[in-house]
Amino acid sequence: MADATVPLKHAEHQTTTGLPSSKLALWIFLSSECMLFGALIATYVLYRGASVKGPFPVDVFDIPYTSVSSFVLLASSLTMVLALAAAQSRDITRMRIWLLATAMLGLTFVGGQVYEFTSFYREGLSITTNLFGSSFYVLTGFHGAHVTLGILMLLSLVGMSMGDRLPDEPAFPVELVGLYWHFVDIVWIVIFVVVYLVPAGEAATKAGR
Amino acid sequence: MMGEHETQLQEELAARQPDPHGEVAHSEHPSTKAYIRIGMILAALTAIEVAVSYSSYSARLITAALLCLMFLKFLLVVLWFMHLKFDSRRYSRFFVMGLAGALTLYVIVLMTFGVFSGN
Repeated sequence: MADATVPLKHAEHQTTTGLPSSKLALWIFLSSECMLFGALIATYVLYRGASVKGPFPVDVFDIPYTSVSSFVLLASSLTMVLALAAAQSRDITRMRIWLLATAMLGLTFVGGQVYEFTSFYREGLSITTNLFGSSFYVLTGFHGAHVTLGILMLLSLVGMSMGDRLPDEPAFPVELVGLYWHFVDIVWIVIFVVVYLVPAGEAATKAGR
Repeated sequence: MMGEHETQLQEELAARQPDPHGEVAHSEHPSTKAYIRIGMILAALTAIEVAVSYSSYSARLITAALLCLMFLKFLLVVLWFMHLKFDSRRYSRFFVMGLAGALTLYVIVLMTFGVFSGN
């Protein structure tokens, strides 16, 4: 993909590092978020098989449903970079459309998660039922809260652009919000495999024997 | 006096440019077509992940395949969508530092509890 790049018009940043401080700070924040989600994922892995009573992961997970949610979140990452590309070419209308599409896909994902939590609760899995329930709801709930915060940021960007309050270089705030959004996406890439697919794979192996 | 300081600061900053090792420079981002291509690859990898989870190979083989696919998707998003492939290497260093620290710490914790040995 050597030809797959376009020049980016960036203003030089007059900081001691030569890099925009807000972007550097965001990367450091995302780095610290790795620690947070690492702790939650490790706790889930530790407690997943330690429950003495059900429901267990294989009893409640609906892989086709969660797969659709994963596709929705991946699609939102694509619309986010398309919003950035539009902002870089100063096409504000297209930028707003892609930002709204990203927010809508994020809302669909969160709505799906709320539905999933409700159906798990009806099947007898609450946050206090067993170790699996506690670690599952805390991990996926934290992720859902991050997605919700991302949606608020996206809608704020749209609102700011409508009120003509975006800076002359609109790509920069869009890029910052995009970095946060993609981080939330990569956390889901890990959660989808570790929390949902690995237990499903183990169950499929047992069923095949 | 203030003007002299500002000029000195600007000269110092100018002296640090250009940066031949990619520490500061970030000249290009992927095109829209490249983004769509990456999005399609990510969707295909997700479909493969789901298919692998339904296969009846050994659990270890399935887990290894799923982790490899997950790592590939992770890399694609971080390098292309988050632009670490194109941006300053300093961003990558900060991110990798946190990621590697978290990974090392929690793998050690899980090993301490015998998660990988099946005890």
